[in-house]
This record gives sequence, structure tokens and C-alpha cells, in this order.
Amino acid sequence: MASADFLALLPLLVTAASSLIVLLLAAFHRAHGLAAGVTSSGLAVALMTLPVASRVAPRQVTTLLMVDAYAIFYIGLLLAASMAIAGLSYGYLEKRRDRQEEFYVLLLLATLGAITLAAATHFASFFLGLELLSLSLYVLIAYVRTDRQPLEAGLKYLILSGTSSAFLLFGMALLYFQSGAMGFAALASDLGRQTELSVQVLVGLVLILTGVGFKLALVPFHMWAPDVYQGAPAPVAAFVATASKGAMVALLLRYFTEIAAFRSAALWWTMAGIAVLSMFVGNLLALLQDNVKRMLAYSSIAHLGYLLVALLAGGPLAVEAVTVYLTTYFITTIGAFGVVAVLSGPNGEADSMEDYRSLFRRRPWIAAVFTIMLLSLAGIPLTAGFLGKFYVIAAGVDSSLWLLLVLLVANSVIGLFYYLRVIVAMFTETDLGDDRAWKAPVMSASYLDGVVLVALSGLLFWLGLYPEPLIRLIRTMERSLTG
Amino acid sequence: MILAWLIIILLVAGVLAWALERRDREWPRRIALAALAIDLILGLTLWDARGDQTGMAQGAHWMAELSAQWIPRFGISLHLAMDGLSLLLVLLTLFLGLVSVAASWTEITTRVGFFHFNLLWVLAGVVGVFLAMDLFLFFVFWEVMLVPMYFLISIWGHENRVYAAVKFFLFTQAGSLLMLIAIIGLTAIHYRQTGLLTFDYGALLGTAVDPTTAMWLMLGFFAAFAVKLPVVPFHTWLPDAHTEAPTAGSVVLAGLLLKTGAYGLLRFTVPLFPEAAQSFAPVAMGLGVVGIFYGGVLAFAQTDLKRLVAYSSISHLGFVLLGIFAGNALALEGAVMQMLAHGITTGALFVLVGALQERLHTRDMRRMGGLWATTPRFGAIGLFFAIASLGLPGLGNFVGEFLVMLGTYRVSMPMAALASLGVVVATVYSLALVQQAFHGQAREQWKVDDLSLWSLVSLGAMIVLQLWLGLYPQPVLETAGQALQALSGFGDATMVVRR
Repeated sequence: MASADFLALLPLLVTAASSLIVLLLAAFHRAHGLAAGVTSSGLAVALMTLPVASRVAPRQVTTLLMVDAYAIFYIGLLLAASMAIAGLSYGYLEKRRDRQEEFYVLLLLATLGAITLAAATHFASFFLGLELLSLSLYVLIAYVRTDRQPLEAGLKYLILSGTSSAFLLFGMALLYFQSGAMGFAALASDLGRQTELSVQVLVGLVLILTGVGFKLALVPFHMWAPDVYQGAPAPVAAFVATASKGAMVALLLRYFTEIAAFRSAALWWTMAGIAVLSMFVGNLLALLQDNVKRMLAYSSIAHLGYLLVALLAGGPLAVEAVTVYLTTYFITTIGAFGVVAVLSGPNGEADSMEDYRSLFRRRPWIAAVFTIMLLSLAGIPLTAGFLGKFYVIAAGVDSSLWLLLVLLVANSVIGLFYYLRVIVAMFTETDLGDDRAWKAPVMSASYLDGVVLVALSGLLFWLGLYPEPLIRLIRTMERSLTG
Repeated sequence: MILAWLIIILLVAGVLAWALERRDREWPRRIALAALAIDLILGLTLWDARGDQTGMAQGAHWMAELSAQWIPRFGISLHLAMDGLSLLLVLLTLFLGLVSVAASWTEITTRVGFFHFNLLWVLAGVVGVFLAMDLFLFFVFWEVMLVPMYFLISIWGHENRVYAAVKFFLFTQAGSLLMLIAIIGLTAIHYRQTGLLTFDYGALLGTAVDPTTAMWLMLGFFAAFAVKLPVVPFHTWLPDAHTEAPTAGSVVLAGLLLKTGAYGLLRFTVPLFPEAAQSFAPVAMGLGVVGIFYGGVLAFAQTDLKRLVAYSSISHLGFVLLGIFAGNALALEGAVMQMLAHGITTGALFVLVGALQERLHTRDMRRMGGLWATTPRFGAIGLFFAIASLGLPGLGNFVGEFLVMLGTYRVSMPMAALASLGVVVATVYSLALVQQAFHGQAREQWKVDDLSLWSLVSLGAMIVLQLWLGLYPQPVLETAGQALQALSGFGDATMVVRR
């Protein structure tokens, strides 16, 4: 390996090193603040190495990883998300007075898995990144061992995720059997030679899609999502909803662009069906939830459905649209779970609708943040969410996917309904008597929580009002992927 | 730049009002009043300058314009511009904004700062809608006015407020998103033809779209505006929203938000897709006539004062729809006239109902009766606006309805005849309102205060405006007329020449 290879891999190396440092520190000296601090600085340093890496990009590092502008953008996004989540975790864990340091080790390892996925161009690195991500998540989800719910959620994720990995492996094996290649580029050139995709290839692609669908919680592979979101600690739920899914989307986008899998109409229609189902099932079930975390879980299923519409559009706009949508989705989803994390106390998560009643009176700032996050999830202008929705619709119109667009509109309206319900609850004055109303914890947000939430809100408005810099960045990135 | 200030002042004042709530409850009210007053003065200076718009028919027809890049990736710009039509509607917005602030002075006592924040942001959104000449920007303003309106209804409304607010939001949102698809679709077609990616109104105006696509895109725009107008059968959100909203909310809803629907039809639906709009015109006119009757008959059936006024709005807006799609200069002028007159009349009626409810704690007309004796000012002013609403000659609504019917007559005699029957229905419900509320037996011996001095001032201003619109509408018609000619509707200018 040349030194340029190491430069290109710096973000990954720094993240890996940080996890080791935190692990060693925890072994000798337990201090929550120290662990959180090292984690954040590790992630910050990793972020700072991105410009260095981009100087040598695009660069194929071994056959496994490709560090190009595309990978660098997604690595940056994932690192930033993970940094925000680390910030939120500090306040959350501080309230729980349990062993806290290992949490950060796992978080860093999960992040490492996620950024590996963003750069993966080979089945081996694909699987490696995925398993690193998943294994860390099993533990993170069940991190609060004293409660039943997190344990149950962790176990559920372990079993289902394991099964989906098996599907994925089988799919990869079938493709390998057909073409003898495991690198995306080699696969692509081999598949490109075939005029019609053989049955083995199609089955392989569909099996891989199944595995990916599990990770993205797309319908019909979504069953685990609500339970896991509900059971997991709020910052971890934020990680599952954003970084874990985002890394998968990054991979999917690269994989589909290189393999040009949409040559197969059958595959396209399968994906379209999954998109429509995800939108409808996600939104309709979200309507029925009284638990805010479950509601956010179902809504994130629906959001991945919207994202698929952009992916299905294909064409030059698709990559750009998916990336913009994902970025805005990251900001708002982390923000929303962040609010849940801030409100959660030592005795449990603040996830029932009752906890949010008359929040505007009790905690005006947090209520305001949650309101704009929800409005952004609903895609109301002046927020980042609208930019994402605009892009998805633009990509759809560009490819004349009229039916999908009309279904998307119908779903946006359903979505609005349950976001508004939470907002209304926050504005409603409670008349349940004082003890019930104040049952919701009045823990003061830690200083760090405040910084993270304010930064996310700022980003949300910035992208809503002046998205041009982000768009320019994403366009340079998009060119490196589509050539 | 003055156009941007009109919006910025309102936005900033809204934030200030919210921030200064803690200091004193009066501050938000004063700030709102001052901001609207300054805006109105700015607007009036533009009205003063409207005389020298000689170049209007030649294309360079904006009285004031502002353009700056916003999102170059999609050719989106911050393009604001004003012609006579925008000017009239902006002035109406600012005036009714002042009325709303005055009406909520005693009515709103909780979270005053946040209330005025929402009110000012709705108004900023409405002004933005009337000025935006970039379709993306237009859509943004279109949505910006909805969220605060939703809060106005859902927080300060009456008994069923959450239900009404959510219904309002969902209906309008569904329409808006269809419009967004249509906007992007039109842009995409324009891009394919010219290689130029732009959302600018002026650039998109001449886009040649094949008839089928044009019809679909036109319907996308129509959906959003029809919900807002509201056109029967997309109207069901309106009675609920109006009934449950606080007074200021009702005034803004009926006086302004419904007008944004009509404005959208005038500015976008018809000029962007003239052929499609023309072939759709019979249907739209039919819907207009249905609305006139449906609203009128249901208004008569109400016992709740606010619902009565709400349904009467559906009826009045039917005339506007009819006028817009009749398409000739007379009918268009009538439609604009009707928009202004209806804004004032309905605004005044909602102020009266709101003031009555504040005193009686009911809107049920069956429990009123004989109020004239205790509250003569209510009675007299109520009578004035009731007969204004039914279209008595000499008042603004008459001019509007008359011109619409005259214009419609040239296109379709049966439609005009049916519409004129609608005026009879209006007479019935308007007089029934006055009769039931103010005359007859005093069923419950109410002892309440009459209108306060400040209410008299704002209602008095509305009376003066009504009389002006009714007796000397020429300046208004001229201002609107030039703008309407510039909007390349399908109603040809030859009609005017023949006249």
C-alpha cells in the first residue's frame, strides 16, 4: 500500500483508533466526560482528515474500498451524524448513572462500520462494514440492561438482522457463482456483457435486496423497526434511523449505479412496489401510534419509501435527489430523537403522547425545536425537509413517474396528520391535574444537548433558506459517482 | 426594494412581538399595529405612483420589481413584482391586517405574543403570495401562510378547534402538493424545450405545452386554488375553519386566504394555460354557479352566525370563479371588484360576530333576537354590512356582481341568468340574519355593552371603503384593468373595444 492509500483511508483509521483509545481509557480510568470528549474529538479529527483524503481522491484502496468524492461526502455526513448523536448520548447517559464508557466504544465501532459501507466497492467490504455496524448495534440497542424493553429489542434485532445477513450472503454467493467476481466494477462489466439477466442473477439481486431491505426497514421487511426503536435508548434509535440506514443507502446507490440493475424491469417494479408499500404501511401505521418513538419509527419507514421514489427515478437527478433527501432526513430525524432523548429521564423514555402534552408551556424551547423538526419531517417550506421533498418530486417529474408521485402526495398528507397530532399535543393545555401533567421529567437539558439541538435547528433553517452551497457540494460528489 | 420591505417588516415584527411578550402584554399588539401601519403607508405610496404605468400594455408592466438569485441550481430567484392587481390585494391585506389586530385587542388574552407572531406571519405570507413572480417562491409563500394559520385556529379557536385546524391543513396541503408537481412539471417541459431551467413566471408564461399535458398541469394548479377559493365540492374545510377560528383568524381566512385562491387562478392558472383553461371554462363556470346556490342555500339553513357568514362566502366566491372563467375584461374586473368588496364585507361581519360572541358567549341566532334595543350600534352596522353583502346598488359587492354577470352574459346567457337568481338567495339569508339577530322578540334579556369606540373606528373605515367601492369604483377598476389586460387571459380585448 502506498502512502497515498493511507491518506485516503485516514478518516477510517482515525475512527478506528479513537475507538481503541476510548476502550483503553475505560479500562484504566472510568470517567464519562473523558470518554465522551475523546469520542467527539476523535470524530472531529476524522472529519478534519476529509480534506486530506479528498486531495488524493478518487483512489481505489485495495480492491475493497473506493475513496472518491462520493464516499467522502457520505463519510462526512455519517461522521457528523455520529458526532451529534454522541453529544446527545452524553446527557442521556449522564442521567442514568450506569457504566457509560463502553457505549462510546460501540458507537465509534458502529460508525466505522457505517463509513466502511460508504466506501465499499466489493462484497467483502460490504459485508465487513455491515457486520461491524450490526454487531455494535446489537449491544447498543440493549445497552440499558436493567430494563426489559431494551433487552427485548436488542434480541429481536439480533435475530432478524442475523437472518437478513444470511439472505445477503446467499445473494452474493449466487452472483459470484454466475460471474466469478465480487467487486462491483467487475460484476458490472460481467453483467453488462449479458443481454438478459439470468435467473440466478435475478434471484441473487433480489436476495441482496431482501437483506438491504431489512436494514433499511422497508416494507415488508420492516417488522423489527417499531419495537427496536421503542426499546432502544433514544440516541441509539437516532443512530439506527439515520447513520445505519444512511450507510446502507450510500452503498445501495453506488451498487445500483455501477451494476445498472435497473436494466431489469422486474427489479424496477419490485422496488416500486416496495416503495409504495413502505409509504403506505409506514404512514398508516404511524397514524395509529400513541407512542412517539413508534410513530417516528413508522414515519421513518415511510421516509425511506419517499427516498426510493427518487432512487427509482434514475437519471442524472436521482443521485443528487437521494443525497439531498438523506441529508435533510438526517438533520430532522436526529433532531426529533434528540428531543426525545433530552426529555427522557432516569426512569424511562419520554415516549408516550402524554409526555408531550402542554410541553410548550413547560419547556418552550424544546417544544419549539420539536415543532420545527416535525414540520421539516412533514416537508413544510423554509425547512430542510421541504428541500428534500422538492428534490424527490423534481426527480420523479423528470422521469415522469406520475403514479408514484400522486401516491407520494397522498402519503405526505397522511404524514402531516400525525405530525400535527404531536404538535397539537404540545400546544394543548393539560387538564389532567398537576401530578399527571408533570410526570414527564423536568430534567434540565445538559449544555451539550442544547448545543446539538441548536446546531441542528440552525442547519435545518439554513438548508431551508439557502441550500445552494450544499447543492453545489453534492453535485461535485454526484459527478464522481456517475462519471 | 420596497416590495421586500413590505414582507420583511411583517416577519421581523412578528418575531419581535413574540420576543417582547414577556415584557408586557401590550407590546405585541402595539408592534403589530405599528408594523402594519408602516406597511400600509409604504403600500399607499405605491398606490400614489400607479399613475405612470404607461408601458403596461407593452409588457414591461411592473410598477415595482425586485429580483435576486436564490437557488441558481434550479433557476430559482427571489423575484417580487407588483402590478395593479397585486397592489389592490396587498392594500386589502394590510388593511384587514389592521382590522384583525384591532379585533383581537380584547379578545386574545393568552399567549398574546405568539398570537401576533402567527398573525403577522400569515399576513407576510399572503403579501408574498401576491407579489411573488417566481413559481417556487410563490409556493414557499403559499405554504408559509398556512402553518401560522393552522396555529391561529388550533390554539386560539373555539370548541372544535383542533379538528377544524387539521381539516383545513390537510385539504390545503393536498391541493398544494398537486400544484407543486404541476409547477415542477411545467418547468421540466420548459427546460426540455429551451434548455433553460427557470421557475420565473415571465419565462414560463409562453411555454408551449401539448393540450393533454396542459390540461393536467392546469388541473394541478386549479386543485390548489379551488380548495382555497373554495369551489364546491372542495369546500368542506371552510365552514369548520371559519367557525372555530378566533375573530382575527376568520377575518384573515375569509378576507385574504380565499382571495389568494382567486388570485392564483387569475395570475397562474389562466395565463399559464390559456387554451386548457378555456376548454375547462364551462366546467369551472358551472362549479361557480353551483357554489353560488349551494353556499346561499346552506347559509340560510344555519343558526350559527359564523357558519352563516362562512357559507355566504362560498356563495360570493362563486361569482369570482364565474367571472374569472368567463374570461372577458368586464367579468375579470367584476371578479376583482368582488374580491375586494367581499374581503371588506365579510371581514366586517366576522368582526361583528366576534364582538357579539365576546359579549354573549354564543353564536346561536336563536338565542339572540331583539338585540337592536340594547345594542343599536351593532344593529345598525350589522344591517349595513348585511345589505352590502346581498349586493345593494351603491355598495361594492353590487358593482362586482353586476360586472361579473354582465361579462358572463356575453359568454353564456344561461349562466348569467342562473347567477342573477343567486342574488335573490343572498337577499334571503342576509335579511334573515338581521331579522333573527337584531329584531323581533328579545328571547333572552341580554344586558351587554355596545360596540366600543375603537371597534367603531375600524368598522367605520370599512363602511367608508364599501361606499367608495360602490359609488366611485373607477380608480380601482382602472388600476385592476391595466393589470388584467397584461395577464394574457383567453377573454379577448376586443370585448372592451366593442363596449
